[in-house]
Amino acid sequence: MELLDIKNLQIEFPSRRGTVVAVKGVNLTVRPGEVLGVVGESGAGKSTIGNAVIGLLDPPGHMSGGEVFLKGEKINDLPAEEKRKIRGRRIGMIFQDPLTSLDPLQTIEQQLVETIELHLKLGAKKSRERAVDLLTQVGIPDPEIRIGNYPHQFSGGMRQRVVIALALCAEPEVIIADEPTTALDVSIQAQILELMRKLCREKQVGMLIITHDMGVIAEITDRVAVMYQGNLVEEGTTQKILGDPDHPYTKSLISAVPRPDVRLKRFPMVDYIEKEEDRKMLLDISTHWLGQGREFDKIEGPLISIKDLVMTFITKPAFLKKNQQKFNAVDGVSFDIKQGEVFGVVGESGSGKSTVARMISGLYKPAAGSITFGDTDLTKIGSEKEMDVFRRQMQMIFQDPFSSLNGRMRVMDIVAEPIRFHKLASSNREVETIVMDLLDHVGLGRQAAVRFPHEFSGGQRQRISIARALATRPRFLICDEPTSALDVSIQAQILNLLKDLQEELGLTMLFISHDLPVIRQMCDRVGVMKMGKLVEVAETEALFTNPQAPYTQELLSLMPRLDKLSHEGLDVEKS
Amino acid sequence: MVSFLFKRLLQSVIVMFTVGLIAFSMFRFVGDPINNMVGQDTSEQERIELRERLGLDDPFLVQFGRFALNAVQGDFGMSYKYRVPVSGMIFERMPATLELSFVAAILSLALGIPLGVYTALKRNSFLSKLIMTTSLVGVSLPTFLTGILLILFFGVVLRWLPTFGRGDVVEFSAWSTGFLTVSGLKSLILPSITLALFQMTLIMRLVRAEMLEVLRTDFVKFAKARGLPNRLVNFKHALKNTLVPVITITGLQLGSLIAFAIITESVFQWPGMGLLFIQAIADVDIPIMAAYLVLIAFFFVLINMIVDILYYAVDPRLRADNE
Amino acid sequence: MENSVEKSRIARLLDNDVWHSYIRSPVAIISSIVTLIAIFGALFAPFLAPNDPFDMVAIDIMDSSLPPAWQLDGDPRFLLGTDDQGRGILSTIMYGARISLFVGFASVIFSMVVGITLGLISGYVGGRVDAFIMRIADIQLSFPAILIALLLDGVARGIVPKELHEDVTIYVLVFAIGISGWVQYARTVRGSTLVEKNKEYVQAARVIGIRRGTILRRHILPNVMGPVMVIATIHLAIAIITEATLSFLGVGVPPTTPSLGTLIRIGNEYLFSGEWWITIFPGAALVILVLAVNLLGDWLRDALNPKLR
Repeated sequence: MELLDIKNLQIEFPSRRGTVVAVKGVNLTVRPGEVLGVVGESGAGKSTIGNAVIGLLDPPGHMSGGEVFLKGEKINDLPAEEKRKIRGRRIGMIFQDPLTSLDPLQTIEQQLVETIELHLKLGAKKSRERAVDLLTQVGIPDPEIRIGNYPHQFSGGMRQRVVIALALCAEPEVIIADEPTTALDVSIQAQILELMRKLCREKQVGMLIITHDMGVIAEITDRVAVMYQGNLVEEGTTQKILGDPDHPYTKSLISAVPRPDVRLKRFPMVDYIEKEEDRKMLLDISTHWLGQGREFDKIEGPLISIKDLVMTFITKPAFLKKNQQKFNAVDGVSFDIKQGEVFGVVGESGSGKSTVARMISGLYKPAAGSITFGDTDLTKIGSEKEMDVFRRQMQMIFQDPFSSLNGRMRVMDIVAEPIRFHKLASSNREVETIVMDLLDHVGLGRQAAVRFPHEFSGGQRQRISIARALATRPRFLICDEPTSALDVSIQAQILNLLKDLQEELGLTMLFISHDLPVIRQMCDRVGVMKMGKLVEVAETEALFTNPQAPYTQELLSLMPRLDKLSHEGLDVEKS
Repeated sequence: MVSFLFKRLLQSVIVMFTVGLIAFSMFRFVGDPINNMVGQDTSEQERIELRERLGLDDPFLVQFGRFALNAVQGDFGMSYKYRVPVSGMIFERMPATLELSFVAAILSLALGIPLGVYTALKRNSFLSKLIMTTSLVGVSLPTFLTGILLILFFGVVLRWLPTFGRGDVVEFSAWSTGFLTVSGLKSLILPSITLALFQMTLIMRLVRAEMLEVLRTDFVKFAKARGLPNRLVNFKHALKNTLVPVITITGLQLGSLIAFAIITESVFQWPGMGLLFIQAIADVDIPIMAAYLVLIAFFFVLINMIVDILYYAVDPRLRADNE
Repeated sequence: MENSVEKSRIARLLDNDVWHSYIRSPVAIISSIVTLIAIFGALFAPFLAPNDPFDMVAIDIMDSSLPPAWQLDGDPRFLLGTDDQGRGILSTIMYGARISLFVGFASVIFSMVVGITLGLISGYVGGRVDAFIMRIADIQLSFPAILIALLLDGVARGIVPKELHEDVTIYVLVFAIGISGWVQYARTVRGSTLVEKNKEYVQAARVIGIRRGTILRRHILPNVMGPVMVIATIHLAIAIITEATLSFLGVGVPPTTPSLGTLIRIGNEYLFSGEWWITIFPGAALVILVLAVNLLGDWLRDALNPKLR
């Protein structure tokens, strides 16, 4: 008998623009000791499945059809009180963000004991013993002492362990984990996944993991269900789905996953989802506006050269300087970026990689060190006017497509702003023509100009950002995690676009990312950062095949193993 | 804990200092203090003597220092109009205002918090919607109008309750209380309802908004996913988290009760500090205005200190930050 | 082509969530109509009022203290009765609403300008400037608006020569109510500015080279206006109440140009002698006006913040 059996599940969200069917007739089963992955991009409806099973769909969402069985017992139409008794007792739940999942005003002990008492009624002493035991199982050091702490005294990874302990309180038969590692760094992710897998095996718990991340799927699941726009398009063993998918959506999804093991020339067209508009690749750079005005001062040697860069943040402000607490986010970093190359900087959150990008772009003022552009030290420039010359040559693309565009401005004005500011066109009419051309060139089409940002999807917004960055006709482009907020297929499109533009315009690029496979696809050389320091700089292929620094080796070993992935239709670059 | 309290204390001193400066400036620069103190027929010579005696020609800082020193000892000079010490006039009327504010504070908290919790938990029920709409009427009713309507209904039409004054009071040395006589308690009913109504609606709406905010958080959802019954989720987890922001704002609101008492006292001819203050404004009796300002500031600072300590007790994150 | 773009703009405007919530909310529609009628009636009082309460010639002391027209002794010329001097209540309400609304709007605009400016500077510049502005705000917040307004009014009485009192009182009132309200705008705008300035669109503008002033005006200001509009609406209600309260306490506008609060004060003296209409009708007008504005503010807050529903 199946442990958890979801039959023909249908979930609807009524809204004033009509009813959205989030999940359309999905069938899933989970067996004891098995990990089932549900994978899909945003909008696939995967997250609502978990909430529907435990009866906690956010209104107005509701189950409009189908049945849910737990060990053969139908649980979806139980009265609310009976459903509540199943939650936590028989089905445990783990949410995405460990920072917000725990009550900040109660100790870990209070929250654990409360849950154990409720379900197992062991009495105060036994409950506490069990709580300590659970903390030991999930790998919290010194559980006897730590149990008295409040959530804010734990790190993100440790908090997720506490959340797992809470989910395990009453020995549930099934655990549903909704993006359990998305908010965590890659090294923590590996530990948490290993822990979950171990607990699942030992206790013969059935686990349903909902994720967008193929790495998580490859690491932990036995079977995978692929969802696309509310439909279950394919289901099978993890080996089969990753290595030899049948459905065209699964194929395009898998081909869009950045490979950690090989470098591709371009991502194959992932046109199943958002049909990439035909880009006019036949742009004649010698006559087009984008190609003109590129007669920058000739530079010998590297375009950018940073030396002993330091950035200090005040973590605890105080009136007197001596009472302030400071922290060096970037601590003596030096590297060169050659003309025409893509230089990558990789590191975990808090490593200072974005801070480096922000200092080069002038958003932060370094505490010490120099940033040389050609042969001008940017840190020594005093006036805004002088700086403008370099701002024109240097533009930036940001991480979050939803906050990087001013929602109150039309796309036309957003893209035209740099052109108008740097007076790169003589008349308003010319500005408009240029903007339309640019939008066309990044694959959005001219009509986009009259619309507002909120009318576009995340990928389209990132294209608008790229158009804006190109609008000053820069020679140097800083990309700060340009695709980490995007779905994997959209990421492939944007990375393709960036590759094409770089080649076409001969751009020099600084590419910041936490994602090693993406770095491998995009960069010529890479710098690895850890806690504000640069630990290694190397040619990309050399770094991936023969890492020198111990930290790099560790990072590479923590990368999800995606070697099972299908190689069908890939255009591998030979080095 | 000690450094936290010390910081708060320092801030309070700065606030009191600023307020003192304002009060002194009012006293010193609004009109001529001498003209206000003496009659028309005082000779020029007497004026100059008085000027010297009061030290009005001393440097600004010396004068302010003297003012502050006197103020700390409760001495704010003589009322221009009544020619008696201001402090005596104020302390004589303080019990009336404090008793009124105290009853109103209890009323608004005792009704406002439960109503706020109820309307947040059952936000789609008919009763909640009725309460919310009524509360908007409450916010839209100026305090003085509430008072007038209550007087009209319970005083003029029904003739149930007294409509002005404090009734009979019992004296305990410096303190006169209306709590111990029937007429004193009866007199308290209408004014305290008037004063409490506006604050109650504010507190209720605030509690509701904060509670709704907390009910949307992940940890509430996670608590439900662990199977905790609604009673535990709502009152153990949600309510406690709601109280953190509510304490601060409620503290401020209660402080303003003492000031809002001005209006109520004026409508009901309640013999408190507010009534004294409003008469002082009409007469431009600066010493009374200055003293009242400093006193209100002092109550505020006191309430804020208590609020901070409460806050500190409720929220473990604050304790950790200051360890 | 051009035409179709224009058309779709209007269509898009109507498709707006705020508009949608408006046409579905009878409360919002009714309260906005009531507010508009009040503004209209007040604005055109000289043309619409049945009699001119300030025309000494037209006022007849024989008409004093008449009850509303539908009562036994009523006079059809005075729908809502007359006061002790024979002025028609309906007309005095219309003229009074004029003063109340003028003081309300003027002081809201005054606080808004001061508050938004200081809030933007505080939030964007940060550091000591921010600390200084916010300390002042904290201290001021320790005192209820009504107390500050009272004090300022008292101080103004001390400074301004007696003969000028009546002319300047109304501006003193606007200043007093306005200055006591800026903190809320400043705090809200500062909070939103702190959020907005770290958003990437502001950083993108900085990378382009756009200067501080332009960023504040063109990028941040439009994005912080939502909550400001909600505060402004609710503040308008509070300002009208505050003005009425001050006038009721006798420190507001002079009785020669009575506002709603002054009318209630005058009427209050006749409450015990049974002439309830002198105070109740202006009171009702005040409450209806304030309630309508409050309901609008309440609706606007929900409409701009769909998740609160």
